[in-house]
Formats: sequence, C-alpha cells, structure tokens
Amino acid sequence: MLITRRAEFSASHFCRVASLNDQQNWQLFGEESHSAGHGHNFVLEVSVEGEPDPITGMIVDLKELRDILEREIVAPMDHRFLNYEVEPFGQVIPTTANIALEIWRRLEKQFGVARYRLSRVRLFETADLYVDVAPPVHA
Amino acid sequence: MISLTRRYHFPASHRLHSPRLSEVENARLYGKCNNPFGHGHDYTLELTITGELDPNSGLLLPLARLDGFVQEKILRLFAYRNINVDVPQFANVVPTTENVIRVIAELVHRHWAGSFGDLPIHVSRIQIQETERNGFELLLPVPEIENSSAERNESVMVHA
Repeated sequence: MLITRRAEFSASHFCRVASLNDQQNWQLFGEESHSAGHGHNFVLEVSVEGEPDPITGMIVDLKELRDILEREIVAPMDHRFLNYEVEPFGQVIPTTANIALEIWRRLEKQFGVARYRLSRVRLFETADLYVDVAPPVHA
Repeated sequence: MISLTRRYHFPASHRLHSPRLSEVENARLYGKCNNPFGHGHDYTLELTITGELDPNSGLLLPLARLDGFVQEKILRLFAYRNINVDVPQFANVVPTTENVIRVIAELVHRHWAGSFGDLPIHVSRIQIQETERNGFELLLPVPEIENSSAERNESVMVHA
C-alpha cells in the first residue's frame, strides 16, 4: 500500500552548463538558463510503501513523515537560491530531475530500517511539469 | 528510474457516433455526446518520458525539443479542430478519448525515433483528461536500456 504526503517549497534557481555559451545554454534549458535566476513554487509528493501496522492501522506516522520532509527538504530549500545556498547545486545543475534525485537521496537515508520504504518522489516544478524518481535509483 | 511528465492543453470538438449503430442506439449509447452538431472540450494531454538523464545537462531531454515535437506532430492536428472532420485518422473511427489516445500513441510511435532516436528516452505513458472528471491513460512498454552507463556518472539513471 502507498501513502503520499505533499509539501511545498519556494526557491530560485537557474540551469546552465558552465562550459557552454549563452546560446548553447538557451538551446538546452530555454528560459531556465538566465543566470540571474528565477523562482518556482515547487510541490513535492513523497510516496511511502508498506503494510499498515496491525496495532495502529498506520503504514507510517504521518506526523513523523511530515517532520522528516520539513527537516530534510523544506527547511534547507524553502526561500533559498538553490545554486548558491543548497548543496550539491553549486556543482550539480538544479534541473527538476536533479532536484528530485537529491530529494530522493536525502529521504532514502531516513527510511533505511523501518517497516516502510520510500517508493516515489514526485516533484512538480510547475503544474504542467513534474519529475518522478522511483527504484531502481543509481545514486 | 527517472521520468518526466509534461502537460499540454488543446481545445477541440467531437461527436461520438458510430455508423455501425442505428440512430436510436447511438443516442442511447453516447447520450449528450451524440449531439449531431458536436461539442467541445479543453483536453489536457500528458506525456511521460522515461529514460536516462544526460550526465552533463541533468536533463532527460531539452524541454523545447519535446514541446516542439508535441506541437508539430500532435497539437497541430488537434488544437482548435473538429476531430471528426479535421483529423484524417478519424474519418472512420469514433473520436472517443480512448481512440484519441490510440491515435496519439501511433503518432508518437511513428515519429519518435526520427526526433529522439539519439537519446536513451522513451514515452512510457500517455494520459488525457477530457474533463476534470474523465481521465484516460495508456501505459506503453519501455525498451530495455543498456546498463553499461550506470558506472559512468553518479547522476546517470538507468531504468529497470
């Protein structure tokens, strides 16, 4: 069974390959390539897979999941400029896919030994664009 | 496994009417959708792309390329059109949203390699929302991608 919790964070970013010129970056990233940056209201959906506990009837304590998302993702990323303030985006280009992968890596560490496991990270950059990360993840 | 979903919008009209059924049967089966003059919807189309991330750009593909492909191969045929009258594939096919998805899948299948054959990515899902209440989804088999690049770069994704 899957349970999904949603969280939001607002952050700025830009996407550029340092070794490419403006025109080449435009071809890859379009408007995302402006080096002064721009922002999105990112919407994160985290799905956890497991069986309901026979006593509590819960797969995971949603308060605990909420606190993990707040501590690991929202607090460090909300109202930040990802390229300058959030690792590893000083080196790794903060495309939607790379942000979703980083979120997967941060969350996966939190679910190592529990009855439940991380099943999917879905990150909406806009209402019309989202990226899913699901196993197998080679990180 | 990593996938990207992009949503597009197109308004179009259609009429559901099967020449193999009588007028009475059509009216009973399709109800309001059988109105002889047709009617329209603001459809939303979602394409899900699955594959390997380019290790240099962190992209499955440049979005402008996907947008251009969808505009040229799909939206150009459907947006602001009467599907029964203007889209040749529906000359003898009832334009239910099921059939619209099937035609779009065929268009993707026919043109994908010509546009994206250089990239290790595939369309894994097509979803159309006809109205907020009616959604249709087609999952497509994704070919096995070479596993050899898994060691090449830590940000490379390989799907099952």
